[in-house]
Amino acid sequence: MSNLTNNLPVKGMRVVDFSQVLAGPYAATMMAFMGAEVIKIESRTRVDIVKRASPTRFHDINLSKMSITLNIRQPGAVEIVKKLVSISDVVIQNFRPGVMERLGLGYDVLRAVRPDLVMLSLSGFGAEGPERHYSAYAAIFGTMGGLAHITGYPDAPPTEERGPLDLRTGQFVAFAILAAILHRRKTGEGQYIDLAARDGITSLIGDVIMDYTMNQRSQSRKGNLDDFMAPHNCYPCKGQDKWVSIAVKTDEEWEALCNAMGMPELSKDPRFADSFSRWQNQEDLDKIIGGWTSGYTHYEVMHILQKAGVAAVPSFNSEELFKDPHLNERGFIIELEHPELGKRKVFGAPWKFANITPQIKRGPMLGQHNEYVFSELLGFSEGEIAELQEKEVLN
Amino acid sequence: MEHTGVNNSSKALTDIKVLEYAQFVSGPYCTKLLADMGAEVIKIEAPASGDEARTRGPFLGDLPHPEHSGLFLYLNTDKMGITLDPTTSRGKRIFRDLVRWADVLVENYPLGYMKKLRLDFGALKKLNPKLIMASITPFGQSGPYKDYKSYYLNTFHAGGEGYCLPGPPAWLLFPDRPPVKGGGFLGEYDSGLAAANAILFALLAREETGQGEYIDVSQQEVLIGCMRHELGACNDGYIESRASRALPVGGLMQCKDGFVDIIPLEARHWEALMELMGNPSWAKEEKYRWSNFVSQVFGDVEARMQAWQDVNDFIEGWIVKHTKEEIHKASQDRGCPMGPVFTAEEVVSSEQLRVRGYFSEVEHSEAGRFKYPGYPYKFSKTPWRLERPAPLLGQHNEEVYCKRMGYSKEEMVKLRQTGVI
Repeated sequence: MSNLTNNLPVKGMRVVDFSQVLAGPYAATMMAFMGAEVIKIESRTRVDIVKRASPTRFHDINLSKMSITLNIRQPGAVEIVKKLVSISDVVIQNFRPGVMERLGLGYDVLRAVRPDLVMLSLSGFGAEGPERHYSAYAAIFGTMGGLAHITGYPDAPPTEERGPLDLRTGQFVAFAILAAILHRRKTGEGQYIDLAARDGITSLIGDVIMDYTMNQRSQSRKGNLDDFMAPHNCYPCKGQDKWVSIAVKTDEEWEALCNAMGMPELSKDPRFADSFSRWQNQEDLDKIIGGWTSGYTHYEVMHILQKAGVAAVPSFNSEELFKDPHLNERGFIIELEHPELGKRKVFGAPWKFANITPQIKRGPMLGQHNEYVFSELLGFSEGEIAELQEKEVLN
Repeated sequence: MEHTGVNNSSKALTDIKVLEYAQFVSGPYCTKLLADMGAEVIKIEAPASGDEARTRGPFLGDLPHPEHSGLFLYLNTDKMGITLDPTTSRGKRIFRDLVRWADVLVENYPLGYMKKLRLDFGALKKLNPKLIMASITPFGQSGPYKDYKSYYLNTFHAGGEGYCLPGPPAWLLFPDRPPVKGGGFLGEYDSGLAAANAILFALLAREETGQGEYIDVSQQEVLIGCMRHELGACNDGYIESRASRALPVGGLMQCKDGFVDIIPLEARHWEALMELMGNPSWAKEEKYRWSNFVSQVFGDVEARMQAWQDVNDFIEGWIVKHTKEEIHKASQDRGCPMGPVFTAEEVVSSEQLRVRGYFSEVEHSEAGRFKYPGYPYKFSKTPWRLERPAPLLGQHNEEVYCKRMGYSKEEMVKLRQTGVI
């Protein structure tokens, strides 16, 4: 694909990213993948908690962006933000509700300098209501969203999830922004979006919530099991902590599995003769299958069973995914060179387009784009920039 | 075709026409996201049997009925539903007419199925050069695994997240058990949401180019995308697993009536928690001071681990004497992040969600009136709202075939008799 035909969808749009941690930053990264100029507002006085814990993980979430250092609590910084927003299209922020307003950077103020601005405020529980001030890391909105309760072994405590719930929230953030941009293209009208992370997680288990609103039943944890498919579990394989997932829906698949395991007689066993019996006797079934899978690597099981038409896929770990031939052939693994972090492999965008190649670039160094933004975009002179640095506005 | 239907003029995606040829969760969730935001969605279902989700529960009163599946009802709000069999030659013709009408086509059939029907993108873009088509499959349209079979369990584990679930405390109790999937159909929903994002990007690109687009959504890649933060640590020689998920201090802990999650990540959180616990005397000991937890220089690794363990024991010993309700608000009001593990019942009865207007009551002619979960976003100018319930099987056949496509009622009967619709 030549660059001539690479019509990045949000090229020419500018996104000001105040957000920290993972959800907002990932949404902004997706915008950057698709061509937007994303300017991340950082500050030495307000270092992202992810960056403090791990600069490399921070990098992996903040690809393809620019970074400036601006201490928005310093006098004068608010005016700089307004100037930047006046030439931008989107603002993303995840301060606690009310903080942007107190800083003098609420939607009303920013809309005054950029009437068609799309501004998204991300919080755990939303901008209004009795829990609006509650702080929410991903684990908190996962538990309060109802997901933790239904994830895990039936006879063990619930399951805490963190990072991936933030990134799921990031998908919602991107969706809301894109919808608002489409509306703006049509009408010229910007708008304000109040997004609550917990509500997003609940939306992703809508059928479980419906079971309550329809039947007053709160579902609990089911491990890997399905309501009617069996076998439907993860099975041990050769090696340390290696597992393969196997799922069977039809009698045909069941017979294929028995044959592939070299146990054709099993398909005639009355305990497993039909799907209902298999479901009822799945503990026995899981022992037999686990006994067979233990003799192979998870890759071997996948290839043997897939050849027979049975759904079998390893429970992959990170190392396996980076090396995986399928993902590499699809170009999903990309190697980048970062001046401070060295060579790093990262994952591409979560979709492939026939005519668009997302731009996956290394993440910025702190303040790397100060000159571009303050001098080229905002027109500050060298002297003015030096003064801002001295007053620790640019810091 | 003529434009009729509900008034969507104040919604963000009004005027976008979507054809859905998909079932179960991923494709239908994708088009639900668009439909609830104002897009006009026509959903194609197989005559007689319909969407596979209709055969899945939860069923009203546990009585299986194709119009009573909570999964189907949730995933198909605000859509029109028609029956059509595109494997028949007339059915194909109708499908192609619908493609001429549509801006977007979403499908989630196994690789090669659309090609076999001669309804692949190559064929369809000749009818509608502006068509945006999204295909959602477990492993995408290319690569060595593209034809591999994968149910939702397999797909979830393909993405690297399952390998890290469950972390503690479950993992500590059962370190030899297998990894588990996320609850419900999590990975399927994720794929629908990612596909919806890709479609909006493609619509924006089309405004510039006037050209259609083909989108290949690999569910595995969507799920890996959600795990960037964990999986990327592999570059640093660190492989995340169920064993590596513990936080130094806090996490999921048992309380009197269930579980709570407590995340003291900052000094101010820690101070708030200690205040909530009545400033216990142990917290004054040097080795249990917050600044020592975050400091890598304090003691050796073993001493630090022991201190973390002690502190977690102290906290847990206190938490277990309290109910979720007793400590949730008290903790958050003081500034320590804490959240109880909510069941569906507790989610539905949340006062916060009520104030946000998260749930909508929708009346469905067969199943009845229930609360439906909504969305996380509130738009100042283009609010989303649920306008209408999921369609009955073939509910909009007359609307689409007669009123829009010009078939007479007699012809529609023939189409039904011949199994086309």
